Amino acid sequence: MPYTKRRRLVTSAVAVALGATTLAACGSSDEDGDTQAGPVSLTYWTWTPGMDKVVDLWNKGPGKREQITVTVKKQASGDTLVTKILTAHKAGKAPDLVQAEYQALPTLVSNDALADISGEVGDAKGKFAEGVWQQTTLGTDAVYAVPQDIGPMMFYYREDLFKKYGLKVPNTWEEFAETARKLKKAAPDKDLTTFSANDSGLFAGLAQQAGAEWWTTEGEKWKVGIDDEATRKVADFWGGLVKEGAIDNQPMYTPAWNKALNTGRQIAWVSAVWAPGTLTTAAPDTEGKWAMAPLPQWSDSENRTGSWGGSSTGVTTDSKNKDAAAKFAAWLNTDADALNALAKEGGIYPASTSAQLSGAFTNPPEFFANQPDFYTKAAEIAKTTAPSAWGPNVNVAYTAFKDAFGTAAKTRSDFASALETMQKETVADLEKQGFEVAR
Amino acid sequence: MSSLAVRKARPAAGTTPGTAQGPPLRRRVALLPTLTLLLGAVYCLLPVAWVVIAATKSGRELFSTFTFLPGTGFADNVSDLSAYRDGVYWQWMGNSALYAGLGALLSTVVSAFSGYALATYRFRGRETLFNVLLAGVLMPPVILAVPQYLLLAEADLTDSYLSVLLPQILSPYGVYLARIYAAAAVPADVVEAGRMDGASEWRIFTRIALPMMVPGMVTVFLFQFVAVWNNFLLPYIMLSDDEKFPITLGLHTLLEQGANTPALYTLVITGAFLAVLPLVALFLVVQRFWSLDLLSGAVKS
Repeated sequence: MPYTKRRRLVTSAVAVALGATTLAACGSSDEDGDTQAGPVSLTYWTWTPGMDKVVDLWNKGPGKREQITVTVKKQASGDTLVTKILTAHKAGKAPDLVQAEYQALPTLVSNDALADISGEVGDAKGKFAEGVWQQTTLGTDAVYAVPQDIGPMMFYYREDLFKKYGLKVPNTWEEFAETARKLKKAAPDKDLTTFSANDSGLFAGLAQQAGAEWWTTEGEKWKVGIDDEATRKVADFWGGLVKEGAIDNQPMYTPAWNKALNTGRQIAWVSAVWAPGTLTTAAPDTEGKWAMAPLPQWSDSENRTGSWGGSSTGVTTDSKNKDAAAKFAAWLNTDADALNALAKEGGIYPASTSAQLSGAFTNPPEFFANQPDFYTKAAEIAKTTAPSAWGPNVNVAYTAFKDAFGTAAKTRSDFASALETMQKETVADLEKQGFEVAR
Repeated sequence: MSSLAVRKARPAAGTTPGTAQGPPLRRRVALLPTLTLLLGAVYCLLPVAWVVIAATKSGRELFSTFTFLPGTGFADNVSDLSAYRDGVYWQWMGNSALYAGLGALLSTVVSAFSGYALATYRFRGRETLFNVLLAGVLMPPVILAVPQYLLLAEADLTDSYLSVLLPQILSPYGVYLARIYAAAAVPADVVEAGRMDGASEWRIFTRIALPMMVPGMVTVFLFQFVAVWNNFLLPYIMLSDDEKFPITLGLHTLLEQGANTPALYTLVITGAFLAVLPLVALFLVVQRFWSLDLLSGAVKS
């Protein structure tokens, strides 16, 4: 197993270097996918709510014409689904299509579970922002998935309470810290926000905005940059705020956190484009009192954001009809009707740039009726998404984050050593898995 | 527990055990153990109370009102849950009942057969077999889920009802318990007497031994039922079609809907509350079989 993984990385790296057009070792669909005689039926593992209704559109429309029927098998999202896909793949029984978060793609690809579908979906590239598309190619010439939804990060704040305490929306992180301190002075029982050691994705997004590249390849080796300068800057910034007590240190997504948002004890939230949905259930009494602004920047001249969440549609190497599956994946994520239905039924924010301002996104989310240009602003912010760099053991890094930062946040102690631990554990796991790691 | 109560003189009807018994001098209440037990009870019952009360709250009330203040949304929660994806919740409930009911029944039958055989027959390798079983008891079933998946994939049985039922039929713990119980409850004299009277081995087992083993088998059934009902990993790996999901998996999909969709807390909490009810009912109904206990024997020594 380690051997294949290493070879795979070597092949990809070489392919990049030589500018080769196809990756011979990637099980490209030309070998076995073209024989499409008669009707085809595909299975699709996804967690998006209402996906069965979107797929119905396909089965009754383009799918009927092409004799390709897709069946949705609804799954729970999360890291466990990746394990489940890999287990099924080991038995050769993975479904034709899978939904996968961007950070899970390297894991799936290094286990040879995802097929290269560049031949079938390569044309779709223009429909997506470059930073989004790049996540599905892993920096090679192959394409392992079609982007479905994205989670560009934004700053959410209680408009009314900001006014009440005379706070300004922060443009830089420096101002953000000032705002937190000012609020603490004006109302000691309130917090601007909290640092949540439970949400690795949030921290990864913040690091991404600062310019961190956690996983890169160097020749035939992986290079882990979790403890790099950019991430250290982010960790020190939040660690400092927690240490001086300017913000809270309790995790997000707990009943206590919901209550803090609902009662206005926490008055801002660094989140992503999907925040309105979360706020609707977490803080129902605050409807219409929030506003959204771009994420604070590290310097005045910068204009970048990170991403938190987002997923793609991939075709597995186990699929016997890769062409058909790729055709469906492209339709699902680029067709206007499909995307409109996805937004309406599944509540997703589309990766496709043309869909970000159409259909469901002409009006603001109900919870943000007071901000009519919500989605225009969101689309502009989405364009500034910094590129991300995921590796084959994101799950290990995330677990290490939760453990190390959880302790550090609780004891309000140094975040730098927590970051070191995270780096060390991630490298150790890569080596254990048989990857070569550059020091 | 109950065997201890049986060995003592039974309290007269209408009296509570422990009140009028024992020497009158030692009536002092043991304070520390009582307090510890009370604390334990609170620790166990508080989460249950939380679920019961939270299930009555509407989404708006769930996190905003006082934790132990009952809400007003129970009926709405139940109807929302029933409406979710055309009532797939009740399908999950039915699936769980099938997996747990049929699975536990078959498992009990297998355990009874093998436990009785291990207890009454002497054959070569019996102890080795029993030791292997004991090792099986120590092995957490979680470890076996993936190999079982790969095995069933060879037989093309994954993503079927059978894939969840089959691995749970053979329960090392059930067989172990059945053997211990059969050895204690079915005296060799009785089996011998049956043979003298010319009964076939099958007849001895079904007519004489099995009735004596009933309380033990009820225990095995309950253990297995609860184990299957609460099992998560095996069905998680085996099944991909959510119409075949048991309740544990179903509730998990309600909770993990991806970052952009908030978890359906009210539905999950109501769903979890309703899912506990069958277990409670089962325990209340089956409990009375336990009281037979060791009283049911045929030979008095």
